[in-house]
Amino acid sequence: MPKTSLNRRTFLRATALAGGGFMLGLYPKAAALAQAGRGAAPALLPANFISIASNGLVTIASKNPETGQHALNMLPMLIAEELDVDWKDVKIVRAGVDNKYGSQFTGGSIATPSNWEPMRQVGGAARQMLIAAAAQTWGVAAMECSTASGRVVHRATNRSLGYGELASTAATMPVPDFRSLKLKDPKDYKIIGTTTRDVENKEIITGKPIFGIDVTLPGMLYAVYQKTPVFGGRAVNANLDAVKAMKGVRQAFIVDGKPLPSNFPNYLNDDPGLEAGVAIVADSWWAAQSARAKLEVKWDEGKWGTLNSEDIAKKAGELSRQTPARTLRKDGDVEAVYKRSDVKVVESPYTFPFIAHAPLEPQNCTAHFKDGKLEIWSTTQTPQIGRTILSRVFGIPEKDITIHMVRGGGGFGRRLYNDYMCEAAWISKTVGAPVKLLWTREDDMQHDYYRAGGFQYLKGAVDKDGKLIAWQDHFIGYGEGETFTHSGQIDGNEFPSRFVPNFLMQSTVMPLGLKTGALRAPRSNVYSWVFQSFIDELAHAAGKDPLQFRLELLGNAPPKGTQGVMDAERMIGVVKLAAEKSGWGRRTLPKGTALGTGFHYSHRGYFAEVAEVTVSADKKIKVNKVWVAGDIGSQIINPGASENLTQGAVIDGISEMLQEISLKNGRVVQSNFHDHPMLRMSQAPPVEVHFLKSDNTPTGLGEPALPPILPAIANAIFSATGERIRTLPITKHGFSFA
Amino acid sequence: MIRLKVNGKNHRFNGDPNMPLLWFLRDEIDLKGTKYGCGMGLCGACTVHVNGRPARACLTPVSAAANAAVTTIEGVSPDGSHPVQVAWEELDVPQCGYCQAGQIMSACALLSSKPKPTDADIDTAMNGNLCRCGTYLRVRAAVHKAAELTAANRTRPAKPAAKASSARTTRNGGNK
Repeated sequence: MPKTSLNRRTFLRATALAGGGFMLGLYPKAAALAQAGRGAAPALLPANFISIASNGLVTIASKNPETGQHALNMLPMLIAEELDVDWKDVKIVRAGVDNKYGSQFTGGSIATPSNWEPMRQVGGAARQMLIAAAAQTWGVAAMECSTASGRVVHRATNRSLGYGELASTAATMPVPDFRSLKLKDPKDYKIIGTTTRDVENKEIITGKPIFGIDVTLPGMLYAVYQKTPVFGGRAVNANLDAVKAMKGVRQAFIVDGKPLPSNFPNYLNDDPGLEAGVAIVADSWWAAQSARAKLEVKWDEGKWGTLNSEDIAKKAGELSRQTPARTLRKDGDVEAVYKRSDVKVVESPYTFPFIAHAPLEPQNCTAHFKDGKLEIWSTTQTPQIGRTILSRVFGIPEKDITIHMVRGGGGFGRRLYNDYMCEAAWISKTVGAPVKLLWTREDDMQHDYYRAGGFQYLKGAVDKDGKLIAWQDHFIGYGEGETFTHSGQIDGNEFPSRFVPNFLMQSTVMPLGLKTGALRAPRSNVYSWVFQSFIDELAHAAGKDPLQFRLELLGNAPPKGTQGVMDAERMIGVVKLAAEKSGWGRRTLPKGTALGTGFHYSHRGYFAEVAEVTVSADKKIKVNKVWVAGDIGSQIINPGASENLTQGAVIDGISEMLQEISLKNGRVVQSNFHDHPMLRMSQAPPVEVHFLKSDNTPTGLGEPALPPILPAIANAIFSATGERIRTLPITKHGFSFA
Repeated sequence: MIRLKVNGKNHRFNGDPNMPLLWFLRDEIDLKGTKYGCGMGLCGACTVHVNGRPARACLTPVSAAANAAVTTIEGVSPDGSHPVQVAWEELDVPQCGYCQAGQIMSACALLSSKPKPTDADIDTAMNGNLCRCGTYLRVRAAVHKAAELTAANRTRPAKPAAKASSARTTRNGGNK
């Protein structure tokens, strides 16, 4: 039984539709009750996951935001499979933002695990109702009927009726209990496991206005927003009159900012609400942006105007020599191991920078505040959270806020946060007109919720048999007291916790005046590099093949149920598959060319990767090829999209080895793709993707394929050159990608 | 007064001659297919053709396009029937899709000068187009596919492409 708590909290309701169709919806009972508890009980309006027209065309609402991960297709595929219709007869529409759809969220690779069961149940329940309608029409028992390709069939009498013909009767049938539904045997799947192309491809390739940046409203004005360059700062004054005198400018004004009430956590954990800055509103975006070039602002920088990356690094170095502030996990006694004469001890510091999300579509939002109500068009990954934040910032009830989900040009976690939404809404309210706020690339890069940088001081030991027996990590990150900054935390469960008898995880935090947040595979995207690089160092110290060393380490798994969330057997499966596909240990490579490997468990996914690199004398790295082996359960729902997403994750991970966000006087130094680069086509290696199907509920793919590529490449560089990458970006070591 | 032709249609512009062509296209004549990504010619999302040659619309002042013929993604074909678009759709290239108009414009320019490009030709021609999602492998494959389709079309009489695409607006393209 898949673990989906949503299942237990939902029930179905069907409603007859004018025009002979029917609607079938999934209701989040708990969410509705929670709302009621807050005194704002919404009427349970009928949802429209499925409507069937009398001509048989099936329209399915896809409920989650789409930023390129193909959820727009995937969720309807689950419904259509159990509804038992042909994919060619399905039309997908984007759902509105409404609690009747349950959670509408893009992040954490949870679209698949949290919807695998409920979406199939929605389809299965509708199918059951169509069967009941046919049985009633024919006067036969429902159990004598079956379905195929959008028709209910009664074999005994050789009769059949199309779903379109049955739709209005089906809408009057009782909704079956989800738990009573008999869902398909996977061997009968026709849609799940078959590639479907993105339903918006045609719009994309013909340049239709489907992205957030393309939204246009009648009478709309355009805005730019100069945010405080230092976190927590505010504008004291500005030459607003001079700016307002510029051609096309309608208004220019200072926004003081409006932090959320204290029951919303501060920057350490979430959206800060409305941040301070200066808004310029004009007849066109170019007029607003041109006026901004003349803008002069006196900022009150608050307390963070002296923060510098060099000082942070120096401070971390000092802290590394002091007793860690907290102990997160302690097994056995690492110190006792180091004192033994029959062990080899390895000690290495690893350093990694802040990096930016930089989705290709810069943040933007179109808002219209009118008569106390707010309408928003946004690429947000969290429309429901955004609505709550807006409600608090503007002091209006959530029912007076309408959010339209618009396709986002990449998310990667950046659009989990809704700062741009607050700004657009505030500007619209101030000027009394619909407003499109568009950030520049520079705004986007300098006002991100960065992947937290950090420092990890590792120490470990192997015994005379080459077995890993001690592992110690002093993690130096950011936060206050016992609180880490958002997505900058670590805990005692990180591998190889539980697989090593003597294990010590400790931490110390430094204060930080910079927002941090979730970037694709948060924490894992760089901890994987740290841990899997250090495992490689220990393998070499043990004189063992790095991949074999890993298999032996995974073989030390504690009994099931005590190994934490990671299942060692599943990881061993993908490590072996990656080894097999890449020819690990079976190929002779020329000098300067080598393989490296890494594995990582994150977001319920098991991934092992092997990279082959060639490094030239001038330290230019050519990644010749990458092999990916992944286990995300029993089904690869959309194989074509899964391959695309996995290849993209690998290329994204390689890009991250080049990126750095640094601070000078509290300000982000980097501004655009020249100093925060990403991989280009000539640098992108072929990526061979293999999935190991296991007897587990299908899980998500947005994130878990990314983390292992960083250590796989770093370890290959070591094997090719003897130089260990202990600092990112790799340019700090003089390396670059050819 | 600046006059220019966009996708075969004449336009006049009285505003700031230094305004990048990108904003003229997007906000003055409502062609939203050309995308803003960086404003510095680093990402290629705004790639258009000016007199048949690829140009970054974010760096091209509208005055520099005076009297020129500009082609945008909307001018490649209205229904996605151009071989490059067909290849893009068949290989299901996009993830988020934001960079793809620029990718397609660069690919069209490449294929018009090199009908049978090698991988190296493709890398050189497409290196100015960033894809944050990392669809490069499919972009490269799609350029090859478009070259094949174009070659095949040359040896075959052209046939109307509109019919299939109108059906496609109401139903999915089916399984690949």
